[in-house]
Amino acid sequence: MTTPHLDVDALLADPSTKIVVCCGAGGVGKTTTAAALGLRAAEVHGRRTVVLTIDPARRLAQSMGLTELDNTPRQVKAIDTEAGGELHAMMLDMKRTFDEVVEAHTTPQRAAEIFANPFYQAMSSTFSGTQEYMAMEKLGQLRATDEWDLIVVDTPPSRSALDFLDAPARLSRFLDGRMLRMLLAPARSGGRSMFSLVTASFGVFSRAVQKILGAQLLTDLSGFVAALDSMFGGFRQRADETYRILQDPQTSFLLVAAPERDAVREAAYFAERLVTERMPLAGLVLNRAHRTEMTGMSAERAESAAAALDAAGEHPVTADALRIHAALVRLTEREAGVATTFTDAFPAVAATSVAAQPADVHDVDGLRAIGAALAAAP
Amino acid sequence: MASNERTARWPARLHVVTGKGGTGKTTVAAALALALAEGGRRTLLVEVEGRQGIAQLFGIPPLPYAERRVAGVPGGGEVRALAVDPEEALLEYLDMFYKLGAAGRALRKVGAIDFATTIAPGLRDVLLTGKVKEATTRSREGRRVYDAVVLDAPPTGRIGRFLNVTAETARLAKVGPIKSQSEGVASLLRSPITAVHVVTLLEEMPVQESLDAITELGSLHIPVGRIILNATQPALLTAAKVTKAELKRGLSAAGLPADAGAVSGLAAEARAHLTRRRLEESLRTELTETGRPMVELPLLDRGVDRSGLEELADRLMSG
Repeated sequence: MTTPHLDVDALLADPSTKIVVCCGAGGVGKTTTAAALGLRAAEVHGRRTVVLTIDPARRLAQSMGLTELDNTPRQVKAIDTEAGGELHAMMLDMKRTFDEVVEAHTTPQRAAEIFANPFYQAMSSTFSGTQEYMAMEKLGQLRATDEWDLIVVDTPPSRSALDFLDAPARLSRFLDGRMLRMLLAPARSGGRSMFSLVTASFGVFSRAVQKILGAQLLTDLSGFVAALDSMFGGFRQRADETYRILQDPQTSFLLVAAPERDAVREAAYFAERLVTERMPLAGLVLNRAHRTEMTGMSAERAESAAAALDAAGEHPVTADALRIHAALVRLTEREAGVATTFTDAFPAVAATSVAAQPADVHDVDGLRAIGAALAAAP
Repeated sequence: MASNERTARWPARLHVVTGKGGTGKTTVAAALALALAEGGRRTLLVEVEGRQGIAQLFGIPPLPYAERRVAGVPGGGEVRALAVDPEEALLEYLDMFYKLGAAGRALRKVGAIDFATTIAPGLRDVLLTGKVKEATTRSREGRRVYDAVVLDAPPTGRIGRFLNVTAETARLAKVGPIKSQSEGVASLLRSPITAVHVVTLLEEMPVQESLDAITELGSLHIPVGRIILNATQPALLTAAKVTKAELKRGLSAAGLPADAGAVSGLAAEARAHLTRRRLEESLRTELTETGRPMVELPLLDRGVDRSGLEELADRLMSG
């Protein structure tokens, strides 16, 4: 059984494709893939495209004219606009996005209190999951403006690719959690404690927290929690909306992997999750795949010819080149073996591969070449 | 070299292994734990991100929050492994200092632990590093339980924040036991007992992130140990350039097809190899300029299995 080929051009050209989410393990070239897809959608398919990057490598960001993390889409100059498309790119500013969410859901005075709270400061800049949540929030905002034909999203360099799916739900579960309600219980009942099981266990908690963290911290915490309480519904609703956007048929997920065991395993986990969550998986992009340019010569044959040349003391450059070929053949075989662990488990998922580049990509020409490779027939 | 001389080349007792995602830091951490268990020593390999990377590497079921033997080493040494879970670490911590017992379990039941580690991410890192410190300094009957602890740490992008525990907690806890706990961890991490090793591949992004991490750790006064170049490949081409005419003659002499397709295919492969190696050389130079000692590990052809780990362990000790 052969894996169906992922038709990247058909995906990018389809006017009903509104969002493409690139996800996968760290270090597999997600950001480069997202940028190359965005460029191709604009140049080849004439679409007004925005690429949302999370944490791009400096030189890649520069190649798209991005110099600061300012949450504003910037038009990428120096692209071919003959087809009528445009490419814009932006880098996510996690803290500013969080601030905007707060401002949208509360009064200016309340917002100022929240911004001053040390817990908010810690949470908005370091909470593991805030980046993922804010990426989704930003995606929701971009989608809502209806300004873009296509939004290409790069996902955060998470611990695991799954964090990105789980974070919005985790944050909203947290904000809606029993713990938070318990901390608020005394305030809600007019400051008097209720004699219930809930407040009894809260008393244990409160005493433990006081003992461990000190009273000041508890005051800050209560302040933060009380302030957040006013935004409860809003947070929850937004997280749910974002989730629905991800399930929408106008969204396509692309799994990005490199032909390495861990990256492929991560892609397989993610594929399972997408199926479970009924989210639209468009296919697998296998980056950095090695290919042989001299077809039809086995590693063994190349090696024995190299050995024969060595023995004869002739043509050392050819002998070296043959050994390079043999190593490359072995590498492609190994990579093919790794890739089958995914394709065997998900035979229906379409795939495409991009050849390993001898050097990293950091200009528009390089991105264009990657885009062409993504779209190339097998 | 005698084993004690070899292990003396890695003088710290707490080895923190970081690197960009995909550079093989878990593999390197495991190889280092094996290497340091030479000569009848005992080491602990710790992971903190809930990925169960150690279990996958050694082909064993997921690790519980308990120290388990994962490998024996000739000479009577052994490697134990631990997956630190922040919730369990908090409960253990509470139990140790406050004898909370059943109240601790109640806290978990109402979601307090989840809450505490979520709302204060710095707290989570203090708990994780606090557990690592405890294992590093633990003694039984006047003898250290572990000769070395190897931490498979968060990646380069997060390592500074992860190890800079006092800064994160100072913002939240101005006084009290959490503050003193984090100060204890901070002073261990800034002492010669600790070395942070940075794993990288000879590729642009991992090298750039490694250089950034080394600068960041330096400014935090956290000691950087070695740069570990992982998955290096030998240069296979001794000549500086390749011509098609030369390859055509060589292929003919070897009795292989020497048609235009074969020649240009082989030339393209050889030139890509040269481009790659030149880039690697310039990256290697950039890394050398940091002045940090470097050790190179070869790409394992057959993937990482136990014998592969042993090969890497041996290279770490001799390289």
